[in-house]
Amino acid sequence: MRAPDHPVLSKGDVLLAVENVSLGFGGVKALTDVSFDIRKSEIRAIIGPNGAGKTSMLNCINGFYYPTEGRITFKGVRRPKMRPYEAARGGIARTFQNVALFKSMSTLDNIMAGRSIKMRSNFFWQLFRHGPAMKEEVAHRRFVEEIIDFLEIQHIRKTPVGRLPYGLQKRVELGRALAMEPELLLLDEPMAGMNLEEKEDMSRFILEVNQQYGTTIALIEHDMGVVMDLSDRVVVLEYGRKIADGTPAEVKGDQRVIDAYLGVAH
Amino acid sequence: MLYREAGQFKTNYVADSAIFPLRQDRIGIGLIIVAAYALAFLGNDFLLQAVLIPFLVFSLASIGLNILTGYTGLLSLGTGAFMGVGAYACYKLMTAFPEVNVIVWILMSGFFSAAIGALFGLPSLRIKGFYLAVATLAAQFFLQWCFIRIPWLVNYNVSGALEAPLRTLFGIPIIGATATPQTRYLVVLTIVILLTWLASNLVHGRIGRMWIAIRDMDLAAELMGIRPLQTKLLAFAVSSYYCGVAGALLVFLWYGGAEYDVFNINQSFFILFMVIIGGLGSLIGSFFGAALIFILPIVLGIVLPAMLSPFGISVGADVIEHLRFMIVGALIIFFLIVEPHGLARLWQIGKQKLLVWPFPY
Repeated sequence: MRAPDHPVLSKGDVLLAVENVSLGFGGVKALTDVSFDIRKSEIRAIIGPNGAGKTSMLNCINGFYYPTEGRITFKGVRRPKMRPYEAARGGIARTFQNVALFKSMSTLDNIMAGRSIKMRSNFFWQLFRHGPAMKEEVAHRRFVEEIIDFLEIQHIRKTPVGRLPYGLQKRVELGRALAMEPELLLLDEPMAGMNLEEKEDMSRFILEVNQQYGTTIALIEHDMGVVMDLSDRVVVLEYGRKIADGTPAEVKGDQRVIDAYLGVAH
Repeated sequence: MLYREAGQFKTNYVADSAIFPLRQDRIGIGLIIVAAYALAFLGNDFLLQAVLIPFLVFSLASIGLNILTGYTGLLSLGTGAFMGVGAYACYKLMTAFPEVNVIVWILMSGFFSAAIGALFGLPSLRIKGFYLAVATLAAQFFLQWCFIRIPWLVNYNVSGALEAPLRTLFGIPIIGATATPQTRYLVVLTIVILLTWLASNLVHGRIGRMWIAIRDMDLAAELMGIRPLQTKLLAFAVSSYYCGVAGALLVFLWYGGAEYDVFNINQSFFILFMVIIGGLGSLIGSFFGAALIFILPIVLGIVLPAMLSPFGISVGADVIEHLRFMIVGALIIFFLIVEPHGLARLWQIGKQKLLVWPFPY
């Protein structure tokens, strides 16, 4: 299934490397000389105060923006300028800070839509909804049902997602990203606006995805408790610059991080 | 009481993802199709020629526009022109190759409008909404100009009109002056049923999901690997195919001959209104929309004088005509206020209520 020109990576190898990336919009610098890497099968957190450039960083990784300077290497290959759908086909999936589901579709269809790139049957068979088209539909449905079971959303399978409460929508969005069987999963504030119980559920799903399927996860989160518990390594951004990088314990003790979050006494 | 989901268990994914999962719905559709065919033998010429054939033609054009505007969320005002491309292509094909059956050419003519539609769909990658609608207006004006200015399209006919030559199917005339409304109705009905079935297959599968994904959240769709340009162009092509076939049917099986001004901007708006009133993103809504906008005025024209005469009020034909416009206009506003998502949504709500009737939930 995967592109053959990429080497097979094992746990701990560098999956994605960001080197000296800068991103500017006119005079505004969103990112300045940021470098870090994401290793295979780890949970990597990107934290920082509001406006630090975390979402801009994710947007660079999945091709919404192209860095003005620096480079991004994915699976050992330097990435050319690419469109988001090319990044997606390369194995990068993403969820959004404010849920970006297909509102009129049911939960099932949303997750099935996540399988679009895996489906190959041609237009002719689609027209007749028979033969390969139907076989493929059923095969992918089976995979999607596994995700639905995994995320415990069986009861809302046929509900249009626009009618679901926020916490469930976030869960469906995670399911849709998982349907792509990504190598790198980017989660933009997966727990924003959730209550404690929902956060616990979501944390459990994130850990299980990571452990069960070995999916590499990069997540932006504001809840420090969650970040410190879940992630293997944390990178801290402030005003578009990297100020710390390391294990949660190292980052927690870093004076610049404490200053960034609590302010400096003058 | 007869309309219940209870007892119908799905034991495999094929059954669960059926387009009509309810047995009652399948029976209902079957009955409607049988009734539609029966009407060919029960209905009189007026009903077939002036009501049902145009209703089916407009329904087909509405399905075409619904694929583009309703499912993919791309607003288009070029429907009339794309219908025209189908009609002119059909004319050229059937006069150039009279030995090939005309049904083949009607179905082939759609491919010409599909190609033209995809060409005019190119700007849709960059522009959306009202701006795209204005861009498709270019198609409307440019193509209409072609219909007027290129005499080759009408085989240098001095009147500049499309004329239906005599064409037969199994020896029975289906196009031309001697074709009866009955045979023409049967041909139109069969084509519309076939194409509706294909459209329904498309929108319920992978391609339909990709279209709706582009409509609901194009950024997220692109992040899931859906190529925006290809998906949008496919929608333009399929949509224009349907409009093209509808255009060919309109000229050769309904009008029997037409000039370029049939495919003007009014036609585009007419179809757009049907789609909006019927329900964006619904195939059955396309039929509802066509019925409300096309059949209702006809029914009112017959019913109104009959309703007023017992009260001793006799009104002239002109007053009836005005009343008709007022009532249809008021109904359109009423339906849009009651259910902005169109008649299809009302139908859906009605069916859901019926499922649990007489209980509220």
